[in-house]
Amino acid sequence: MSPNFTSASQSRSFVYALVGNPNCGKSTLFNALTGLKQKVGNYPGVTVEKKVGTVYSQHGTPMSVIDLPGTYSLASRSPDEAVTRDVLLGRRPDTPTPDRILCIVDATSLERSLYLVHQILDLGRPLILVVNMMDQTSQNGIHIDIDRLKQTLGIPVIAAEATKGKGLIELKLAMSRLDLPLSKHAWSIPTEIALAVAELQASLTADSQKLYLTARAEALLLLTDQSPIQVEGSKAIHPRTSEILNTWQKRWSKEGIDWASALVQSRYDAISKLCSEVVEESNVGPALTDRIDAVVTHPILGWLVLGVAMVLIFLSIFSLAEYPMNWIDQQITLLRDLVKASLPAGDLRDLITNGAIAGVGSVLVFLPQILILFFFIGLLESTGYMARAAFIMDRLMNRVGLNGRSFIPMLSSYACAIPGIMSTRTIEDEKDRIITILISPLMSCSARLPVYLLMIAAFVPSDKVPLLTKASLMVLMYALGTFGAFGFAWLFKKTLLKGSQPKMMMELPPYHLPHIKQTLLQIVERMWVFLRNAGSVILTISIVLWFLSAYPKAHDSVSAQEQLSHSFAGKAGHLLEPVIKPLGFDWRIGIGLVSSFAAREIFVSSTAVVFSSSDNTAHTQTQPLRLALRNAHWPDGRMLFTPLVCLCLMIYYVFAMQCMSTVAVVKRETNTWKWPLFQIFYMTGTAWILTFLVYQIGTLLGF
Amino acid sequence: MAQEIKLSELVVGSNAIVRAYPKSGTEFIRLREMGVLPGTPITLLRTAPLGDPIEIKVRGYRLTLRKSEADFILVEKT
Repeated sequence: MSPNFTSASQSRSFVYALVGNPNCGKSTLFNALTGLKQKVGNYPGVTVEKKVGTVYSQHGTPMSVIDLPGTYSLASRSPDEAVTRDVLLGRRPDTPTPDRILCIVDATSLERSLYLVHQILDLGRPLILVVNMMDQTSQNGIHIDIDRLKQTLGIPVIAAEATKGKGLIELKLAMSRLDLPLSKHAWSIPTEIALAVAELQASLTADSQKLYLTARAEALLLLTDQSPIQVEGSKAIHPRTSEILNTWQKRWSKEGIDWASALVQSRYDAISKLCSEVVEESNVGPALTDRIDAVVTHPILGWLVLGVAMVLIFLSIFSLAEYPMNWIDQQITLLRDLVKASLPAGDLRDLITNGAIAGVGSVLVFLPQILILFFFIGLLESTGYMARAAFIMDRLMNRVGLNGRSFIPMLSSYACAIPGIMSTRTIEDEKDRIITILISPLMSCSARLPVYLLMIAAFVPSDKVPLLTKASLMVLMYALGTFGAFGFAWLFKKTLLKGSQPKMMMELPPYHLPHIKQTLLQIVERMWVFLRNAGSVILTISIVLWFLSAYPKAHDSVSAQEQLSHSFAGKAGHLLEPVIKPLGFDWRIGIGLVSSFAAREIFVSSTAVVFSSSDNTAHTQTQPLRLALRNAHWPDGRMLFTPLVCLCLMIYYVFAMQCMSTVAVVKRETNTWKWPLFQIFYMTGTAWILTFLVYQIGTLLGF
Repeated sequence: MAQEIKLSELVVGSNAIVRAYPKSGTEFIRLREMGVLPGTPITLLRTAPLGDPIEIKVRGYRLTLRKSEADFILVEKT
């Protein structure tokens, strides 16, 4: 519909694809080019992030840049990489086929980076090559002759330092050019497979209407890609093309020709020849990265560094987050009071204040923690330490069938499962990723702390809890969650998500100084993704939970406690009692369990409402909740919160899935309701069984 | 002819040339695509604190592999 798009005039707006290896500075370049003019979403049908930005040409024409997921090759191994391949080959109807390609490579590993460039050159589309991290070359004893590279490849080559914005102007100028030359680079396809390439190419042109060069590139790719990943939303290969492919593969297997290796080998032969002309290496001794690694991955010091880093991160999460959390809490209260003052009393007011504001507020309070965690994860990623942590932890994670990459998401979940789950995208293997998502919420997050603390306070008869009791109970809860997580990882790997032995082929990128601005940009982006996607689910569940506790209405002028016991939630508590009585819980605790599905810490406030004045009509608002709990009894006069019941509740909260935000994020990250529902089922099921065992055995033993 | 040994048996710090490894399996294809080909020189930089995985330097960059994968890669010490 847009005439500007199709006419080849001055005003034509190009669509660029930005591709490159992981860790080559691609996102930095993308942000530097497009600033905040970005749209972040998902490719339909897959959980791969789609980022499109706008950059203005020299003439002021907007050009769009699609930031494609990083990959080492177009022969894809993960859904992310499959999307990169499919967008470049024009297999995705949801994304315009890019007219031009922007390829970014890391100057310190030019040879390997050029492999992807080499595959992309085959596509026969105008290409601009950005050689990034030029500042790192001299200290690594590398000299790259950019002019020579430009000459040999016959395309624009730009030396850049994306973090400092160097080379950006030259890049924008090149991108604005109306006439970009096609590469002159030629390489020879191995003779034994040349005929197959020609046949596949002919089929792709005839059956899928591909352009001549794209068809050739796709033919070459089909031959290297032994088990190509298909993703939702991409066009499948024409049956006739796959038939030709099968016939050739059978023939070669019979003749013992290793066609895939032959192709890779001949590409690397061409690349090595190219590099020998443009790269000069000199010995400058061990690189900085190697000197840092000697400490960071040292058999003893390595653990120390990892431990100190993690302790520092957690200390700062809890200490730094406290102030903004209190502030947000105050603002939410202010907002509630404001709405209360400006609206007439009634259901609408209650819906807004007690439903929407209170519910969404309970999640917003955790936003500072979530953001700080995102910040540290981003920092660890951008400096290159994340890969080292995975390297060190891999052996341990291997014991339960996972790989080192699952370590950071699991660790983050000790503060909050949401950033943990959102950072599982770096796990290549889809099954490993789902397992990590499933088990992460078992790590005791900070929302469980108020519950644990309340129960420990109720546990001990004296006003002051002995530090040793408190500490050992806490350690017990954290240990239960952690061992539970590893146990379930092992179980899922053996049963539900049986996969091949996970691999740990990973690049350890050179260390870089942290780039604060980039990391902050990333946080803002992730925060919006979370708020946008989880927001609607959180709001809905908040309103539903409010409705359950506000209806049906008791008489006017009853206490909050009476209203609650009269409501659906109260009825649910009563209804639940037969199910939770074997755990030592009564219907009032049941109300707490139901209402804290929104977020675990709500258990504290709802128990406060339920128990604050249940046993005497006197105004006991000032009575500490701890004492109110101790005064709670069963109808037959037995004490409700015995030490055993307190312990049982804590165990229940270690395992039960009581967090609507996590449910919403898991839905988004797995793109189906299947996994979040399964997660609720298995976690809460385990919680029930374990609590049941502890309570019953404990009762038998006379506790 | 120098002797071919498994990459997993190489001593830390030594240099070697890759000789052969399995043709099939997506992992080994990716290994090829990342520039680890028969004839490519590599250096075994270190092993992780718990002995696995290993870290090699190849074509100027650092790559980790598990020993279970390195078991399949034959190299020749130089």
